[in-house]
Amino acid sequence: MTAGSVRRVGERALRVELAGAAEVAALYGWLREHQAAGLLGEVEELVPAARTVLLDGVADVGAVAALLRTARPDRAAAAGGELVEVPTVYDGADLARVAALWEVSEEAAVRIHTEHEYAVAFCGFAPGFGYLAGLPARYAVPRRDTPRSSVPVGSVALAGEYTGVYPNSSPGGWQLIGRTALALWDPAREPAALLAPGVRVRFTAVRA
Amino acid sequence: MSELLVVRPGPLTTVQDLGRRGVAHLGVPRAGALDQPALRAANRLVGNAPDAAGLETTLGGVALRALGPVLVAVTGAPAPVTVDGRAAAWGAPVEVPAGSVVEVGPATAGVRSYLSVAGGIAVPPVLGSRSADLLSGLGPAPLTADGRLPVGPRPPYRDRPDLVPLPAPPVELVLRLRLGPHTDWFAPSAVDRLARDGYRVSPTSNRIGLRTEGPAVARARGGELPSEGMVLGAVQIPPDGQPVVFLADHPTTGGYPVIGVVPAVDLAAAAQARPGVPVRFVLLREH
Repeated sequence: MTAGSVRRVGERALRVELAGAAEVAALYGWLREHQAAGLLGEVEELVPAARTVLLDGVADVGAVAALLRTARPDRAAAAGGELVEVPTVYDGADLARVAALWEVSEEAAVRIHTEHEYAVAFCGFAPGFGYLAGLPARYAVPRRDTPRSSVPVGSVALAGEYTGVYPNSSPGGWQLIGRTALALWDPAREPAALLAPGVRVRFTAVRA
Repeated sequence: MSELLVVRPGPLTTVQDLGRRGVAHLGVPRAGALDQPALRAANRLVGNAPDAAGLETTLGGVALRALGPVLVAVTGAPAPVTVDGRAAAWGAPVEVPAGSVVEVGPATAGVRSYLSVAGGIAVPPVLGSRSADLLSGLGPAPLTADGRLPVGPRPPYRDRPDLVPLPAPPVELVLRLRLGPHTDWFAPSAVDRLARDGYRVSPTSNRIGLRTEGPAVARARGGELPSEGMVLGAVQIPPDGQPVVFLADHPTTGGYPVIGVVPAVDLAAAAQARPGVPVRFVLLREH
């Protein structure tokens, strides 16, 4: 697997475009390892996203671009992130709607959601909001036609193929299937975000 | 440790240092002073380290009562500075006795003045920075009347400059632009027009982005990109075609195409450009 197409962004950033989430995870893992080993030089930010990895604040753009072009990230390395278990009460306001879209009962929808393992592909939208990949493409659901003006903290929700857990109360258009009491985001804690890119996640159904 | 009591918060005054680094992958914006050279200059004038936290005002200034004696300096947007109503220097160190009120008046030009105090604003850091991030709400909230700001210990006497070079706010905002990464989302004529046509600073600009108004930049294709990492200075073209230049509180990821990126050194002037100021994009050649 190659590192994908490398493009310069502005004066101090590089953007690598990849085929998909698995390639992003592999390259991000590879970059984190190389950064930890001091092999990247000064790089302020590594930002994975849906099909890209951004390297920002790169001191030596030419050298890092050359390194990226020879990178051969190993997919297996990306699968070794720590596992976070998210106890979830599956009573979300959109659970029935999601079950209907999947053409299964609500019980079966919960079973489907809990039997897969997820990995945080990237964060965005709000601090600590991870986009969790792992649900097969056939279970992709659209966003709500009308976003809610306020989604409670800890809401477990679906949009597209992603699962997300709202780290704070905020407006949102994702389909709510449940809620967790787990504090996913606390800027005073180390780590601030439990669901950082690369972390593996399992949801377990618990009673209210 | 001294304190400052907020007498008049002004329209929008925030605590800012040089911002957060190394947390963009968690969805945390960089934040930090929009006019970084101005904050650095204010810090130099009072003997602080360059990354000490100061106050960033917006057009209308701020007034603070010093609960102990403090040394302050005001830079950035030029504004009248007074201590207990008596004129004091802008762009130079000013001693404020205990109990006195230091006031930064409305900016006479530019947008954002910076007030640094010897010892820095000592609010607790969040994720390595004391900056207020207005996109995600991290860091201290904007100043409100009767709020109190802790001041750190005054740094040991150093050879402080009495004056530092301070550029005037722009009459015309010239932003250099390195094309990409999504230049192929636009017709070649759109890129030429962006460089040729006049834009103006929109009154809807804020710490997240400098919004511009002018001829719509036509896209060669519709839709949105899969969300991807965004850099400071990225010029996003939303569906209405009006370019938005990302400033310090910009979201870490975005889904609108980026026609080019403005070098960070050009953004200090962007922070001081008032609504209506003409904006000219100058294309940088690839090298």
